[in-house]
Formats: sequence, structure tokens, C-alpha cells
Amino acid sequence: MLHAMALSDAELEHLDTQAEAIRETVIRMLVAAGSGHTAGPLDMADIFTAFYFHILKHDPRNPGWPERDRLILSNGHIVPVRYATMAHAGYFPVEECLTLRKFGSRLQGHPERTCLPGLETTSGPLGEGLAQAAGIAYALRMDRSKSRVYCVTSDGEHDEGNTWEAVMFAGKYKLANLTAIMDRNNIQIDGHTEDVMPLDSIKSKYESFHWHVLEVDGHNISAFVDAVGEAKAIFEKPTMIVAHTIAGKGVPDIEGDYTWHGKPPTKAEARKFLKEIRTMGGKVPHEYA
Amino acid sequence: MIDARAKLVADPFSPDLEKSATRDGFGHGVVEAGKKDERVVVLCGDLSESTRAEWFEKEFPERFIEVGVAEQGMATIASGMAAAGKIPFIASYAAFNPGRNYEQIRTTAALNRMPVKVMGMHAGVSVGPDGATHQMLEDIAMMRVLPHMTVLNPCDAEEARKAVVAAAATDDTTYIRFGRSKVASFTTAETPFEVGKALALWTSARPKVALLATGSMSYNALCAARDLAADGVDCAVLHVATVKPLDEQAIVSAARAAGRVVTIEEHQVAAGFGSAVAELLSRECPVKMAFLGIHDEFGQSGTPEELIEHYGLSPKHIAETAKRLVA
Repeated sequence: MLHAMALSDAELEHLDTQAEAIRETVIRMLVAAGSGHTAGPLDMADIFTAFYFHILKHDPRNPGWPERDRLILSNGHIVPVRYATMAHAGYFPVEECLTLRKFGSRLQGHPERTCLPGLETTSGPLGEGLAQAAGIAYALRMDRSKSRVYCVTSDGEHDEGNTWEAVMFAGKYKLANLTAIMDRNNIQIDGHTEDVMPLDSIKSKYESFHWHVLEVDGHNISAFVDAVGEAKAIFEKPTMIVAHTIAGKGVPDIEGDYTWHGKPPTKAEARKFLKEIRTMGGKVPHEYA
Repeated sequence: MIDARAKLVADPFSPDLEKSATRDGFGHGVVEAGKKDERVVVLCGDLSESTRAEWFEKEFPERFIEVGVAEQGMATIASGMAAAGKIPFIASYAAFNPGRNYEQIRTTAALNRMPVKVMGMHAGVSVGPDGATHQMLEDIAMMRVLPHMTVLNPCDAEEARKAVVAAAATDDTTYIRFGRSKVASFTTAETPFEVGKALALWTSARPKVALLATGSMSYNALCAARDLAADGVDCAVLHVATVKPLDEQAIVSAARAAGRVVTIEEHQVAAGFGSAVAELLSRECPVKMAFLGIHDEFGQSGTPEELIEHYGLSPKHIAETAKRLVA
């Protein structure tokens, strides 16, 4: 699946349609599972669609293809969107998505590499994906591979020291074949990220660790594709694409009364809103709701 | 008497016996492994001299990766490198590797089935003057409870070399434990070594007690056997370098033949090597047991000799314990 980077109008329309279908599958699978995280999978649907249907060099019939690009999911709890996108891309039947979190399923609650071909890593415990992606990027560069490494991270997992160890490492070794994406939806389990543990300014933090940083609207597939294209043209540094997203994007009932980019909500407001998002308005029980 | 099949040095009890630290065995072994297989890489957390990782760095600078004082990063970066086809050895002090990065090893190496080789240096009280913070006594416990993890605890530098070379040749996730201080070099290049196999060091026609030891404590057990023989107490000594998977057949046979077992380890008795032996024997061959090791306390500063004496792990203590069990 090779591709040109810039999107035509027809391609963009196709991707938007795919993203909507993937969101529907995510909702169906979460309702069927009866538990799981909702906000992250929905708000990352556009980006996963862009990866599997336009950006990645990959082959659903040969997930271990040595020349593939690697997509590492660090915040494993949003894996429903990866499963749904992989299914729509042809890795396995879409109906298998409904086995999510069920006994005997290949679709474990948090992704396990050994259970499902194409996952690349096992994740869920936060803060470990970027380091694994950096290790993969370092090893691929040793072998003069042309494959690129992408790592999806959450904003909340930037509380973890392990993340910053990887940020330092990738900066030191100029891992230009590594592009990280942050799902900047401004929420984590206990509330607004800036209340739980302030992260701003992510841009200046990463820049001071010798990364190239881009900020995009995470729901604008064209802008995201362009940012990935720009990252490929940066030869001296790894790139972080901060993708600003709306938690629960695409489901009007749970998309916020306010966006998370502007004025931060109060702690009480944040908790109430998070509960709405996590339960999809009461449809999905959630252990942290 | 010494079991000839162990092919030990000519006189393991010689006062002039050469001494070397097991960490030196890591240095030699990983260079050897690197020559055999170019997929071998070494990651180090700002301790390349004391872990002997620098020996590899000198030989293969392009395959040595300095990660800084960042053991969590080291373990996860190594998992990534393994995912991309490398065989990464990660070297730091056992207190931090696996002490600091346990969950990273659990999730990204063991559960994820990556051939990450965790090298835990400066384990045990024999670290000496550095004191309790650096005297790791819980690493065997932490590692042996992990599914898919192989746990090796070599007795001297030569066996440590063999353990490292053997670990590099498998796709297993492996933990190897090393010590800082110099210990008796009593095995030879001809001494058998195989992952999962225990080694009989001392045998008697009618043993009254079996001394089951791991790591450098096996040499102390061998010295205790000599002293016990002089006092008319026949025993057997089994060196168990592979704590997981245990050589069940050899351990059960030794317990059955002697009827009494003493386990010796430079590690917490709780959940360590002795516990692993007890789990096996309580199921297959319940016998009277005594456990030598650290009993639910931390270490302290001192010379390695003072500390081995203080915590009751010298040949004299082992022999006394064996006699009490036999009496």
C-alpha cells in the first residue's frame, strides 16, 4: 500500500467516510463489551483512519512484512479504535470486533502483541510505548531500514517518567525516523490534565529536548497527513505532532458543551463531563466512571 | 568427595585459588556472544565500567547504547530493539534492574515475549560497603514469579560467561544475577553448563543431607561439604544455577537420597531460591529443610566477608546448619 502524501478531495471524502464507519464500529464494540474506555478511541478515529488508509506502508495480509512502517500504540486503553481500524483495513473480519474484552478473544482489553498479528507491542501500562518505539527506530536505523516508526501517545501518560526518558533518548540519538503523536484531548482519569498535573507547554518541552514539534487539529485529516509529511522531511530530529482532539468526538450526546482547548473547566465540571464521556451517556458501564 | 563429572579446578580448596567477580564473566561472555551474533546489542544505564559493559563497548562501539541513568527507559527501549530483531542485554545494578524497572520488564519483555536479557549486577550483601540500598536481595523473587522468565544465578566468573553466551542463543526473556566482589573461580571451561540443569559438585555414597545452593554460595556449600566429611557427615552438594526452570529431577533425586535439604542463597529466604525448592519438594518429596539466606531484613555496610559471616552464609554456618538437621 504505497501512497502519495497530499490528499485529493476525493481521497479526503473517502477517509472521512471510513472514519465515520470506524466510529460506528467502536461504539458497537464498546456497547457489546460492556466496559472499556470510550473517549480516546472516538477522538483518535480520524488519525487511525489516516494511518491505516493513507499513511502507513503496510500489508494486512502480511502483518509481519519486514519493510512495513511500525505503528506503536502507547496508550493501550484506546485499542478499540486500533482494532476497529485494522478490521476495516482488512486485517480480520469486522464482526470479530464484537469479541472485544471477551473470554478467548484475540482482542484483549489492552492490546497484546502475541494475541493478534499486527499489534507490534503489548501496551496498556502508560508511558512505555514511546521508549519501545524509540528502540524500534534505533534498531531499524542500525539496519538501514527505510521503515518509519509512529507512536501514538496520550497527553495523560506524559506524567510518566518513562515517557521523558524516551523523549531524551530519541532527542539525543536524533531518531528522525520516529514520529510521535500526542492525543491532546486534555483529559485523564482524575480530571483535566492541567489540574491533575500540568503539561503545558508541551511544545516548548519537546523542543527543549531536541524534537521538532507540530500542532494540528486532530480531526482535520488533511492537516494531519500534511504534518506527517513534514515530519518525514526533518532529517535531524524526531517529530512530535500534538493533535488537538475533542474527547468523544463524533458522538453528539457526549461531545462537550465546551471544547477542551479553551478555558479549563472546574474540577467538579470536569468530573461530571468525564463521567458522561466514559459511560457514553450511560450506555457503557465504566470502572472509572 | 568432589564429583569428577563437574570437572572443577584441580584443587578447589587451594588457598591460592584464583578469584574473580561474576560481573567479569558478563563482560567476557557478552563480547563472545557479540562475536557470534551481530544481533547482540548492549544497553547500559551510566554504569558501563562497573557492569563491565564497557568491554563490549570497546569491541562493538556501534552496538553499545548508552541510555543514561534511566532503567525504565533502558528496559523499554530494549524491548523495542528486540521487537525489531535485536538481542538486547540491559546492564545495571540489580537494585534498579529489575528493582526499578520491574513493570517494564513484566509488560514489555515477559508478557510481550521479547528476548530481552536483564543483567542484574551487584546483587547480594557481598556488594559490601555501599550498604543496603545497593545490596539487592529480592531480585530472584521478583523475576522467578514472572511467566516466560528464565532465571540464572551463576557461581563464578567462568560459569557467568557461559550463562551469558547461552542466554544470547535463545529467544527467551532471561534474568542473570551477578555479584560485585571477587569469588572463588572453581569451575573450568570443561565444567558442564546447560540452562535448566543443576550440577552435582560433591557426592557421597550415603548422603545424610543435601546442600542445594545457588550463585557464589555454591562454593561455600562445597567448602562446607569438605568440612562435614572431615567430621564424618556425608552429604551431597548440588549447584543450581538455573533457578527457573528448576532442574526438578536432580533436586528431587538429591532430596530423596539424603532425606534432608539445606538451601543456601545470598537473597531473601522469602520467595527466593529456597522457596522454589520447597514448592517443588513439598509436592514431590517432602523432606526436612533448613533455609539459609537473608531472613526478612535489609543489608548494611561492611566488607563482603564480614557480611557473609554476619548473615550466616559462610561454610562454617552451612556445616553447622547441616549438622543440626542431621542430628
